[in-house]
Amino acid sequence: MSAEALFFWLLAVTTMGCAIAVVVTQNIVRAAVWLLFTLGGVAGLFFLLGADFVGATQIMVYVGGTLVLIVFGVMLTAQSPFVTMRAGAGEWGLTLVVGGVLVGLLAGVLFLSPWTGPQSDSAAPQSRSVALGSDPARSQTVRDLGLVLLGIREVHPNGSIPVPIRDADNNPQSVPRREIGYLLPFELASVHLVVVLVAAAYLARARRRTGSPSS
Amino acid sequence: MTIAVEHYLLVGAVLFVAGVVCMAIKRNAIGVLMGVELVLNAANINFVAFARYNPLFVLEGQVMALFTIVLAAAEAAIALAIVLNFYNNHLTVDVDAAEDLKG
Repeated sequence: MSAEALFFWLLAVTTMGCAIAVVVTQNIVRAAVWLLFTLGGVAGLFFLLGADFVGATQIMVYVGGTLVLIVFGVMLTAQSPFVTMRAGAGEWGLTLVVGGVLVGLLAGVLFLSPWTGPQSDSAAPQSRSVALGSDPARSQTVRDLGLVLLGIREVHPNGSIPVPIRDADNNPQSVPRREIGYLLPFELASVHLVVVLVAAAYLARARRRTGSPSS
Repeated sequence: MTIAVEHYLLVGAVLFVAGVVCMAIKRNAIGVLMGVELVLNAANINFVAFARYNPLFVLEGQVMALFTIVLAAAEAAIALAIVLNFYNNHLTVDVDAAEDLKG
């Protein structure tokens, strides 16, 4: 079993199991936590698929934004106060074990990883300014996504996956053709976000409850 | 064993069904909202999987996934504002209590 298959099944089982747990659980706060793990697993699947920018956006927008919004919604509309707010001794022990394992894992990854990057390619350093963004070893998606959202779609002559063709001097030989990108949907999404912000601020503003005398 | 696009589509299908069931059986309005998020994430998995496995959609799938994320964030903000408004008026978030417009 290859590493990709291993990680895929790990992430897929985590994601699917947590999604089912969101449905099954009765406690809404627990459902929010299961949803957190589901969204994290989906972000991991995005990274596994090579969509690094989409994965990072998934973490920032969903886990950092939407889920916090949902948790605040749960807290503001809670029917009953949370019963126990104090963690027991067993929970403390379990938490310490999990924290220690996590620190050990991070430290191991820190000291086992080559941080300086691949240095074996002798042509890499001087061609770095040229190759930035067109190096197949380097992540390309952020640059291409940015160009597409600005309305420029680069279509490479040798297929849709950009693999640069170099001549002897390591200059890119094939200039990509430029096409229309997604500027209009990008602007529509921007305007949509502004409208949604104004509408959400209007809808959620502080208001007296029914029954109290209206001013 | 190699991972093909069908495996990712299976994950997306499971998430979609979980979201639909969540929307159907939850009585808490915020639970319904979580179901919507699950459905949108299932669509996103399909978009990015096709972006990876179909060379015609290398960028299109990711762009569509980004737009879906933006729309989902906007939808969550508006829906939570509506839920808070409903709670202010009815003192509950039970979706079965929302029958003011019943004919």
